[in-house]
Amino acid sequence: MEHVSTVGHKAPHAHAHAHAEPGFLWKYVFSVDHKVIGIQYTVTSLLFLFFGFSLMMVMRWQLAYPGQPIPLIGQWLGVANAPGGIMLPEFYNQLGAMHGTIMVFLGVVPLAVGGFGNYVMPLQIGAPDMAFPRLNMASYWLYFAGGVVMLASFLAPGGAANSGWTSYTPLSDIATTGQTMWLGGMLCLILSSLLGSVNFITTIVQLRAPGLTWFRLPFFVWAQFITAFLLLLAFPALQAAAFLQAADRLLGTSFFLPSGLVVSGQPLHVAGGGNPLLWQHLFWFLAHPEVYVLILPAMGIVAEILANNTRKPLWGYKLMVGSAVFLGFMSFLVWAHHMFLTGMGTSISAFFQTTTMIISIPSVVILSALFLSLYGGSIRYNTPMLFALAFLPMFGIGGLTGLPLGLASADIPLHDTYYVIGHFHYVVAPGTIFALLGGIYYWYPKATGRMMNETLGKIHFIGSFICINLVFMPMFVQGLAGVNRRLYDGGMQYAHAKDVLYLNEWMSFGAWGLGFFQLFFIVNFFLSLKAGRRAEANPWNATTLDFAATSSPPIAHGNFATVPHVYRDPYEYSVPGASVDFIPQNAERA
Amino acid sequence: MDIPYTIETRPDTGLTNPKLGIWLFLASEVMLFGSLFSAYVLLRSGAESWPVQSTILNIPLATLNTIILISSSVTMVLSWAALKMNDFPGFRKYMGLTFLLALGFLVVKGFEYNSKFEHGLFPSTNNFIGIYFVLTGLHGLHVIGGMIVNGYLWGPGARMWKTEPEKFTNRVEVAGLYWHFVDLVWIFLFPILYLL
Repeated sequence: MEHVSTVGHKAPHAHAHAHAEPGFLWKYVFSVDHKVIGIQYTVTSLLFLFFGFSLMMVMRWQLAYPGQPIPLIGQWLGVANAPGGIMLPEFYNQLGAMHGTIMVFLGVVPLAVGGFGNYVMPLQIGAPDMAFPRLNMASYWLYFAGGVVMLASFLAPGGAANSGWTSYTPLSDIATTGQTMWLGGMLCLILSSLLGSVNFITTIVQLRAPGLTWFRLPFFVWAQFITAFLLLLAFPALQAAAFLQAADRLLGTSFFLPSGLVVSGQPLHVAGGGNPLLWQHLFWFLAHPEVYVLILPAMGIVAEILANNTRKPLWGYKLMVGSAVFLGFMSFLVWAHHMFLTGMGTSISAFFQTTTMIISIPSVVILSALFLSLYGGSIRYNTPMLFALAFLPMFGIGGLTGLPLGLASADIPLHDTYYVIGHFHYVVAPGTIFALLGGIYYWYPKATGRMMNETLGKIHFIGSFICINLVFMPMFVQGLAGVNRRLYDGGMQYAHAKDVLYLNEWMSFGAWGLGFFQLFFIVNFFLSLKAGRRAEANPWNATTLDFAATSSPPIAHGNFATVPHVYRDPYEYSVPGASVDFIPQNAERA
Repeated sequence: MDIPYTIETRPDTGLTNPKLGIWLFLASEVMLFGSLFSAYVLLRSGAESWPVQSTILNIPLATLNTIILISSSVTMVLSWAALKMNDFPGFRKYMGLTFLLALGFLVVKGFEYNSKFEHGLFPSTNNFIGIYFVLTGLHGLHVIGGMIVNGYLWGPGARMWKTEPEKFTNRVEVAGLYWHFVDLVWIFLFPILYLL
């Protein structure tokens, strides 16, 4: 590293490293620099988020106006999917399965971990790059390949996967070709996440700047650290399950097919003797930790934004770290609370509802600590802060509505109703995605050197906040009335749903309104690249190394002009007696 | 861009990046094979009937393969030790042996697979044969992966010995850790599939 430090601050970055400047292709497309890869992840996953959301906007038409031709795009969907613009049930199932898959595996996780983790984490720990830059690139391109396979599956005979995002067997075992492509796509995504998580953990353990001890790490880095462990240890279970399902589909094994299965009136010619529940166990062994993969990075982002904009240290930083570690550990012991209705037995249910009640404690501790951090702060209401503030009650609603689902007896009437959809969407959409949007507004000046427009940002926030509640709040009402989550006509043919059917139209308008207000974000995102106000290195007066020790945008290849030394805790805001209200982590003590 | 601690250990953690990386990778692999072993247990314990495994599979051949794979782990260590003692020809010899032993393992496995097919035993026959093919097949893929890495280190990758001997030695050590893991998986597969 010596040769970097001798160059000094003002030297053009081309001299900051020994190699010749790489060409455009190697610098921006096949880059091994964590910042470029982080931006690639961010842009790709935002596109997937928008695509996955668009699938839902189409589905919401069918739910609000069942059997009526879809306006505008109906004629483009193809005769096999929507003859005369009217959506077929098979196509509805494809959209539902792919909406979930795309939002979780191609949208939120790649944005939260691949995007923010890649871009921000090495800067916050004062590292020159990730520990394995080439693995990092491989990780992105595997993710990209997985995404391409998933999208291509819409063109397969019979269309994309249509057995729900959980791909429950035996239904998925006998589904159309799209399901095989789903498995292939998942395999790419799992390998991508494996390489990424090895890289993240190694980087955080090995490449922390001198003086950056474990309890001086920003909470965001802790969140990424625990998330990486969850990805590393939970995803292989789904990988194993995917291998077994692929064997069922391609080699004719019966791992998930019980004896005597009859499909469409015909007995299935397989050996049988398999266990459909095996898939559910393996799937949820991944997918429950996955919930914390979705939420932990969001908590990390919110913690950064809150500390910065309340101008005071986080309340109970060590308590939050301890809770997050405990949360990560416990997340491996709760998976079967998704399976109370499978008949796996009351003693197993009792075990899993106990662990589920236990895991709610650290979540509540973290959320309470974030709330208490607001107390006595002089709060700046900028756009990132608005999203972070909205995260708190939204995640609170999502978390608390989950408690009845964690108790076996209450779960029996609520299982598979819109109540469940409302619950986890409150966690992931106005929870995690709001935090991620806040994070984009917060780190945009770091990545581009320009600020995003505040007015457009506030319109985006207020519009999204109103619409997103309009989408998800009525789901609790419908769910409590007993409306099943997978009905193609939104529940029209059920007597018990009659009283709450009118909500379908409200929710659909909420969804389309939500889509409309994202246009303000998209315009802002691109417009600010050229027209945004120029940002200085530390536009938010932050204390962490990402802002305190680097320029905006950071040096193209390589991060720091000199290796930063850390002397302080992560959030030294409003220190009594100090002349300014923030002291960077790399400021020497007098 | 030079990444610190690729060759030298970080004082406070006592690790190099590649060594930590490979251990994390192996932890993930443990979860992968652990999931498949659990699936095997669940399928077998829930099955109405399960064949007597030792009558279907060929125990002498599998014993031979166990010996081959353990020997290859020994030669792998010897190849690394040779580098540590600055004995490059010794490295070439032992690494080459490791590669050949792995090849021998696959050849024996090929004979085993073939005799199953000849007897009309396919993955679709029953769940025991199915899980046997999935578990040994995935293990076989890991063997092939190890052979690609070891072959590279034996052949074109060995150029690094002239320029960065320490880094090259570390690479061999990391490849060795992976190879021992592949060996270890077989040590579990052998009794579970053949003997129990």
